[in-house]
Amino acid sequence: MGERTEMELAYFPGCTLKTTAKNLEISALAIAESLGLNIKEFPEWNCCGTVYSLASDDLIKQLASIRNLTRAQSLGYKTIVTLCSMCYNTLAQSNLLVKDNGEKLKKINEFMSEEEDYRGEVEIKHFLTVLKEFGLENIKQAVKRPLSKLKVACYYGCLLLRPQKVGIDDCEQPYILEELVSNLGAEPVNFPYQVECCGSYHTAIKPEIVAMRAYRILENARENNADLVITSCPLCYFNLKDRQKDVKRLYTGFKKMPVFYFTEIMADALGIT
Amino acid sequence: MRVGIFICHCGRNIAGVVDVNWLKQEAAKLENVVLSEDYIYICSEPGQKFICEKIKELNLSHVIVAACTASLHGETFSRAVENAGLNRYLLEIANIREQCSWVHQSTPEIATKKALRLIKAALAKLTYAKPLIPIKAPVTRQALVIGGGIAGIQAALDIANAGFDVYLVEKGPSIGGHMAQLSETFPTLDCSSCILTPKMVEVAHHKKIHLLTYAEVKNIEGTVGNFDVTIVKKPRYVWEDKCTGCNDCVDVCPVIVPNEFDQGLGARKAVYIPFPQAVPLIYTIDLEHCLNTEKLIVCENCFKACGPRAIDFLMEEEEIKIKVGAIIVATGYDVIPLEALPEYGGGRYPDVITSLDLERLLSPSGPTGGVIKRPSDGKIPKSIVFIQCAGSRDPEHGRPYCSKICCMYTAKHALLYKHAVPDGKVYIFYIDIRAAGKKYEEFVQRIVEEERVLYLRGKVSKVFGKNEKLAVWGVDTLTGRALEIEADLVVLAPAIMPAKGWKELSQTLKLPADEFGFFTEMHPKLRPVESPAIGVYLTGAAQSPKDISETVTQASAAASKVLALFSQKRITLEPIKAEVDLELCKGCGICAKICPFGAISIIKKKKKKYAQVSKAACQGCGSCMGACKFNAINIAHFTLQQLSEQVDALLEGEKWQ
Repeated sequence: MGERTEMELAYFPGCTLKTTAKNLEISALAIAESLGLNIKEFPEWNCCGTVYSLASDDLIKQLASIRNLTRAQSLGYKTIVTLCSMCYNTLAQSNLLVKDNGEKLKKINEFMSEEEDYRGEVEIKHFLTVLKEFGLENIKQAVKRPLSKLKVACYYGCLLLRPQKVGIDDCEQPYILEELVSNLGAEPVNFPYQVECCGSYHTAIKPEIVAMRAYRILENARENNADLVITSCPLCYFNLKDRQKDVKRLYTGFKKMPVFYFTEIMADALGIT
Repeated sequence: MRVGIFICHCGRNIAGVVDVNWLKQEAAKLENVVLSEDYIYICSEPGQKFICEKIKELNLSHVIVAACTASLHGETFSRAVENAGLNRYLLEIANIREQCSWVHQSTPEIATKKALRLIKAALAKLTYAKPLIPIKAPVTRQALVIGGGIAGIQAALDIANAGFDVYLVEKGPSIGGHMAQLSETFPTLDCSSCILTPKMVEVAHHKKIHLLTYAEVKNIEGTVGNFDVTIVKKPRYVWEDKCTGCNDCVDVCPVIVPNEFDQGLGARKAVYIPFPQAVPLIYTIDLEHCLNTEKLIVCENCFKACGPRAIDFLMEEEEIKIKVGAIIVATGYDVIPLEALPEYGGGRYPDVITSLDLERLLSPSGPTGGVIKRPSDGKIPKSIVFIQCAGSRDPEHGRPYCSKICCMYTAKHALLYKHAVPDGKVYIFYIDIRAAGKKYEEFVQRIVEEERVLYLRGKVSKVFGKNEKLAVWGVDTLTGRALEIEADLVVLAPAIMPAKGWKELSQTLKLPADEFGFFTEMHPKLRPVESPAIGVYLTGAAQSPKDISETVTQASAAASKVLALFSQKRITLEPIKAEVDLELCKGCGICAKICPFGAISIIKKKKKKYAQVSKAACQGCGSCMGACKFNAINIAHFTLQQLSEQVDALLEGEKWQ
């Protein structure tokens, strides 16, 4: 494959984007198209590795991630774009691990001998970063239906921000979503719980923990007069949105709070239907 | 050449590992050695006497002491051989403790052999040693003190009271430093201004102190005894000799800006004195905020109001050149900015403040007249959370060190607040309480036990706004509970950092600093106020975080070092200086470029160019010797020949070049 330009971005969907989070993929790709961003799903991607492995001596757990990077590299891409926060986090951390450690990279390359060697040069970006680099002012110009008077609580969760070395923004007081929605005409509200844990995979075995977390997060958004909550992470989305019926069971006074992917309200603002 | 070798046991330190007896016998066999002896503590008084006696008895011409490091006892043994009439540069020290017995404890046989090699190396170097005569230089008996906080004030007063002239340079418009901002001081609760102001006035009236405020040190050249200092006096647009401090200009000034002295919690005009007790009591026009610029004058209110015609918008920067013999660095500290502590809501919520801000709110002369009002709405807070170690002891913030004074002033703040608002609630998050100091522990215990203050051992994870209050999430590690406290005010004890500008000063003075910017002392225990830059002394928080009493102690200590230097009209300098071999020198100038002290110049004589070394400026670092392509420049006592012979002996014939 020949070299590609800096502008061509390889889109890595990951599993949820093809199943439960189709609305995230559809809206994001539509935004990319309407803004003229050159983002294309690359063939033969596989699982991101789901949850970055902290085992420092067990490199087999890095293979899924690195194989995706190798694939993008062999197709001539310099940058991979993700929509799912989890995919972003896992790919970015694995990438850093081998970038900082030549010996580990060598081991992995030798193990995956049927692939070409990964050189550690591919960059992982979240779609939010791509939008910011495209220019918030440019996005503002593209808005057709400003989200006037819409009060938005921007929820980040953990995977976009931590650990700091792969965080796309300040891990204590992030601002990238707020910046984006205010350029769409909406009003971001003060939202102290925006980086608190959603309960994550407890949702599989102990849904009541997630319900308690979701309740506090959503109530905090409501206390700050938010009309809706936005997020970029399919797991946060599920925990905050689909667990609301469990929340209702625990806290009878709880009233539903709308939850969207940030791309859904953005597509709306850009006039994409 | 008649060499005497003295091998020290250092108790068990050396003799417990190295076979001293074998070493003594082997050393005796070396060329030119007429004596090889061992001794249990050669640095002791009888040990030194033993060296003297043997020198005289056997007419020794050179001496090797095999003991500890030269930086510890080099001076001791140099004096001992001098007492016996030997030139001190004919002594060589073989370090068989730090470089041998201590690091090879588990392999005594190899250590013993290495000790012999170290002695052989010392002998090889000594073979080419020449007697040297110390250089005498006159001392300019006046001092420069940089920084007008309590450290600089105390040091300047001590030197001036001994009768020597002192130039005290302060970058702000008034002296006083951070101490002038404080309300009461721990553990005695003295009013800070009440004890500081008399000293400031004493500085102002002292005939021997030349006070240069609103001024900064621009350049320093030269060496101990004779520094040439260039000071820049920034224009304050008010003539110091004409201003009477009447305040008429302030009344008419239309520009109101936050007052830095009040930590931005109060206001001042564009023409101002930072606080009423300022010294000197002279107004300053802050051109950054004044309606006028250097090019355009649009407002003349103050100019017209000034009776003595002290205001001059055309005033320019002034350069002052002085000569001093010694320099005291007293540049103090800053605190980590609130914005650097976002997890505590720093920079985001106006009611998250630093302890220094609280000092201004507690001070009777502060912006609230001593009534504690929170910045957001001016209400008196009914509950306060104090967070200690905000940034300190925290590698994540790049400051793993303890800021030392926070435990004490936080206890003081809790006490002052409880006395002002008896029904108020106080929560203090701490890692552990560090109250080492005279009457310090008693002070803290009194507050813990008598003041109904809740000390919570643990850290805070997050602070955020909640219904006009602040929610504080933390953990009490003694009960293992996660806590949420609703507070009206959150006070952070911010990490102490060296004052801004430390990097530039470090370069100007060739003054080493640690990774955080605190200036390094010669020895942390035994030479705490001397810096490695000879003739430059350290005091106060510029060296490390310190409280007032410790700062004052160190300031007086630094002053006494300066006075010891000034007690002589001429000082003795080490003759370990660069020497140029005129026959080999080609005058290429590489050494002049590389010299960090500007001590080398290229001169032309009889149509030939060569390097010339200023003995006063040369520090004997050896950079020039390493850089010279023609081996034409040598450091006395460390010549190329001496060093290569030494290395050869160390490697016992193995090739190294």
